[in-house]
Amino acid sequence: MKELQELAAKLLTDGAVQVVIGYEEGPRGVRPAFITDPAQAGRLVFDARCVQNLATYLNPRRKHIVQLGKSAVVVKGCDARAIAGLIRERQIARESVVVIAVRCGGVLQRPAENAALNSETISVRCAGCDVREPKLYDYLLGELPPEPPVNAARSEQIAKLEKMTPAERRNFWNEEFSRCIRCYACREACPMCFCVQCMADKAEPQWIDPSPTLESNRAWQMMRVLHQAGRCVDCLECERACPENISLGLFSRYIADAVEKRFEYKACDDPAVAPPLGVFSTEDGEEFIR
Amino acid sequence: MPYNVKPEIGHAWSPKIVAFVCNWCTYTGADLAGTSRLKMDANVRVIRLTCSSRVNPLFIIKAFERGADGVIVSGCHTGDCHYSTGNYYARRRFAILHDLLQFMGVEDDRVTFSWVSASEGNKWQEVVNETTDRVRALGAFHAPLQEKGGETL
Repeated sequence: MKELQELAAKLLTDGAVQVVIGYEEGPRGVRPAFITDPAQAGRLVFDARCVQNLATYLNPRRKHIVQLGKSAVVVKGCDARAIAGLIRERQIARESVVVIAVRCGGVLQRPAENAALNSETISVRCAGCDVREPKLYDYLLGELPPEPPVNAARSEQIAKLEKMTPAERRNFWNEEFSRCIRCYACREACPMCFCVQCMADKAEPQWIDPSPTLESNRAWQMMRVLHQAGRCVDCLECERACPENISLGLFSRYIADAVEKRFEYKACDDPAVAPPLGVFSTEDGEEFIR
Repeated sequence: MPYNVKPEIGHAWSPKIVAFVCNWCTYTGADLAGTSRLKMDANVRVIRLTCSSRVNPLFIIKAFERGADGVIVSGCHTGDCHYSTGNYYARRRFAILHDLLQFMGVEDDRVTFSWVSASEGNKWQEVVNETTDRVRALGAFHAPLQEKGGETL
């Protein structure tokens, strides 16, 4: 942590960056911090409560942060994938951001929790993580912590859903989507949702009915998931932001698995890898086409 | 029940199927089926698009939302696309859409993806008849599901 604070102070003093986006102690757990004064760098912390994906703040749509100047951002491996995604999709230039990557030993489910990491408290997204030591960075800090425990709750739930009949699955999702209030918190929290105008906000033509009915909620979530296919970095910020606790994480895992199985693509922190739905192979499977 | 699906009073239920077809192959193929006087179920509403890659997955979701019971998506065989590569990109999107629809609990038989060339009038007839039969067997998409029961997670 000292290493992180010193680096942040140095970057700000040298004028290499104007703002360091990191984590600080807040009234309810760890919260994002925007440090512009080198004297304040001591506020930065990093531990298992640092759940938030700070790559969201690099989104060019967030003008209030862009106007602060060049930023350095503290990331875990999973967040580095989001930065790689933004670079891959030409939203930011690699030179426009200083990536301070921290080796990660897994995170908790919520930043306000203060528990030891075990297979119940650890986030489901840490299961099978292969980017605990990110490859996309300018500075790489910390020692590599031991292999974290695995929380298999999500994969068990997906397996359970897959065993159901289609009607049962539809009932399950109907129950989930009927709770949606269309606050679009899932979209706002997402590092990869950067469209200047979201299709859900378009009135002419109106793709998605803005009132929260079951049908329009389903259409909205399916659209969101399809737009995220092959781009989602599985940071689970959508699920954490959801005030109705809709199981949005089930989608991100399921689609990521489908993309991996079909196109041999896994979300990675290498910006040079082509997005799977932006390219094709003549050998792609078409067993579902008659 | 979606807001704009009106029950058809005095009519027995019959499946409504929307077909998104490409102009260059399947539409011409369907035209051939028509001019060849092939007998087909009259449940399919054809929507002509320039290419199968013009089919936004939202079209299919919206079709179901607006009261369709089944959907057919059809274009040129791979390698035959009028725009060279359109259907290769479309194939990737359809693959993901196909998996997502399954995960959402839309029966596999409700959505037919097919490649029908301009000379395959017979194949178009088969696609239409088979899809209609399968959707008819499944029943209306917006029928109340609660009665069928379902395990909650």
